[in-house]
Amino acid sequence: MTREGWIRLAVVVAAIAALEVACRTGMIHRTVLLAPSEMAVSLWHILAAGELNTDILTTLRNVLMSAAISAVLGFACGAIIHALPRVRGAIEPLLASYYAIPTFMFYPIFIVVFGVGSQAIIAIAVLLSIVAMITATLTGLDRIPPVLRKTAHVFRMSPAARALMIDLPAAAPYLFTGVKLTFAYSLIGVIASEFILSGAGIGYAIAYAYNNFNNQRMYGLMLLVIIVAIAANTALDAVDRRLQSRLRR
Amino acid sequence: MLMRAGDPPASPPVVAASDVHARLKGVTRVYGVGTSRPPVHALGPVDLDLKRGEFFSVVGPSGCGKSTLLDVLAGLAEPTEGEVYFEDKRIRGVPDGVGVVFQDDASFAWLTVRDNVAFGLRRAGVDAAETARRVDYAVGFMGLRDFANAYPAQLSGGMRQRVCIARTLVLQPRLILLDEPFGALDQQTRLLMGDELLRLWRETKATVMLITHALDEAAMLSDRVGVMSARPGVFIDFVETGWPRERDSRIVSDAHFGAVTARLWEKLRVESLKSMGTAP
Repeated sequence: MTREGWIRLAVVVAAIAALEVACRTGMIHRTVLLAPSEMAVSLWHILAAGELNTDILTTLRNVLMSAAISAVLGFACGAIIHALPRVRGAIEPLLASYYAIPTFMFYPIFIVVFGVGSQAIIAIAVLLSIVAMITATLTGLDRIPPVLRKTAHVFRMSPAARALMIDLPAAAPYLFTGVKLTFAYSLIGVIASEFILSGAGIGYAIAYAYNNFNNQRMYGLMLLVIIVAIAANTALDAVDRRLQSRLRR
Repeated sequence: MLMRAGDPPASPPVVAASDVHARLKGVTRVYGVGTSRPPVHALGPVDLDLKRGEFFSVVGPSGCGKSTLLDVLAGLAEPTEGEVYFEDKRIRGVPDGVGVVFQDDASFAWLTVRDNVAFGLRRAGVDAAETARRVDYAVGFMGLRDFANAYPAQLSGGMRQRVCIARTLVLQPRLILLDEPFGALDQQTRLLMGDELLRLWRETKATVMLITHALDEAAMLSDRVGVMSARPGVFIDFVETGWPRERDSRIVSDAHFGAVTARLWEKLRVESLKSMGTAP
């Protein structure tokens, strides 16, 4: 591990330890927050009992579905917008202000269209995450050095061959950043949607535990969400860094 | 006698038809035709005959259309007027047998040096054994053997440019066009890269056209140097250097080298002042 990595780990461990001490000594009341060790024990019991496995799998499936749909659709939309400068000129200001709009407010529309369940949740999560991929695709295609396009011309490559063998790999670091963001936004979108329009999933289970004053379960599940988010992001980040360092010009 | 500013364009030396490898006839290039913006006359009219196997360099002030000239000759840009021929055939698009090396780093960052060099051969469907043989040769020739499995990000700017030259060399082009390939390199590296370029030129017997802003580079490498005017670029002088084919960067200490460079500068100085808007 790098020196920065050790420092980062030390900071996290110190923060957890401080929280543990604050909870154990009563500085933070247990009705407000459980000690991290208690959260971990609670999570262990939840996983060992297996009673929430269906909810966990439902959430993970929805997150992966949303991220995949956003990545593929976002890339396709980004590529089309990039190829049409006039359309881009009209759409880009809207994309720039997209995240100023609270997309969750559209949930009634999705319930009407898809009903209560995974489809509506995935639709909201896609709505939240797709623009990150569109923007990343536009940035990636913009950043392809013009000399590579000239080189493709010298190699007498067809537009399709150029797109596949030059444009795609040259834009890959930016596209992967887009994929990373779609996963993060999909996780947020799915968990948040499960709070309000689902009868299954981790978000629903957290809300259910909260409504029934079951702090043990609520914090155990919250810890699970944090672990999944950090683990996935760390893994994607490692790939991202590798790509960035290899494709750095 | 040397020409003065305002002189008419220089006529290209007469070359026997059988010796002409590439020819530009009355080529002009105007940007922005048919758009709302005022058109920019970047180049020409230019007449130029490249002799088979010669090393020809083009110098000229910034923005005079040197790179446009190369793009037109490479088939990367259509001339607005005029005709371009390569091996007696009028060109449309990039013709077979032409290789181009650009100033900017055009190595494929996602491929190793070896895969970069092999890229064109694989696209052309050359069989694996022949590809390996040619790649080994080109990688060795350009001094990249120890870095064959490295990625461009792990190499210096000069080495990345060598990768691009190797990628061109491996396709055995008969006409090599170089657009300021050493422009981003330091002086020492440029001199050494120049030596490698001369070695490549001798070995391949290809015709080479080098675009450069460096007079010493042009004077050292070339059999003949074309001097271009300020935009719209036309040739105002052709300087025969008279170097033997076997030469390297040590000729910079030759007395004749100073004379060639001085002649180039005399022509170019006036044009550079013109392009800066400070001509006397």
